[in-house]
Amino acid sequence: MSLVRVLFYFMGFIAVASALYAASTTNLVRSIFVFFVTLFALAGLYVLAMADFVAVTQVVIYVGGILVLILFAFMLSGKETLDVLRQQKGKFFSIGKLPAILLAALFFIVMINVVLKADVNNLSWVKASIANNNTITPNAVMIDNIGVNLMTRYLLPFEAISVLLLMALVGAAHLSRKEAGA
Amino acid sequence: MITLTDFLIVSVMLFCIGLYMIVSKRNAIQILIGIELILNAAILNLVAFGKHDATNNSGQVFALFAIVLAAATTAVALAIILNVYRKYKTIDPGKINNLRD
Repeated sequence: MSLVRVLFYFMGFIAVASALYAASTTNLVRSIFVFFVTLFALAGLYVLAMADFVAVTQVVIYVGGILVLILFAFMLSGKETLDVLRQQKGKFFSIGKLPAILLAALFFIVMINVVLKADVNNLSWVKASIANNNTITPNAVMIDNIGVNLMTRYLLPFEAISVLLLMALVGAAHLSRKEAGA
Repeated sequence: MITLTDFLIVSVMLFCIGLYMIVSKRNAIQILIGIELILNAAILNLVAFGKHDATNNSGQVFALFAIVLAAATTAVALAIILNVYRKYKTIDPGKINNLRD
């Protein structure tokens, strides 16, 4: 077992375990902070998939932006939000959550079956890419290639996402303004 | 060597945890975290398959787009949650039963 594989299992375990903890805890603040750990472990998994730039973006945007935003909104909403949590049952396996657990478990079984039966490692395009040396190797520098592709091949989605981001920004500012005249 | 199946299995686990959070939680912020988990599972798939596309980088570029999309979604959703809290004094989605007034 190589070091890369050990690292993969380690980070995958941390990601899944912290996500499970974030799902099972009744403490909202702890749930948010454990979600940080999940995102960091996922960034590690992206690095193992040879996507360093995506990993850095994940850390910058998710951990630096989204989670701070969630914490900010949580702190703004006052302490009654915690009372909602205190009312619900503390246990992971309560009878009210049985449908949710059942749904997630059935989804899990079906999708694991699909993944194991699909045999993704022997897809024709994956094999062709390995044969043509089109697979990213650990010592390749991909960032300049991503930049060039972003400005040529993916220019239309790039523009679309920038317009969408502007719309979301204006919409969020409009929604969260103080109620003055309707 | 890490195979694609390993990435897919981790991604399936994260997806199911996110699904469980969305269905069972009675708190809008934790539902949002569940949605983020599902998005991250999708991004993990994009990145894992994008490893085999060195010239076009389609997987990695669309993973970047998905991250930006998640940021936009979260900003709007949090604004909506703050508004809902101001109106109803709770963020339990089960207790919010009408859209306006």
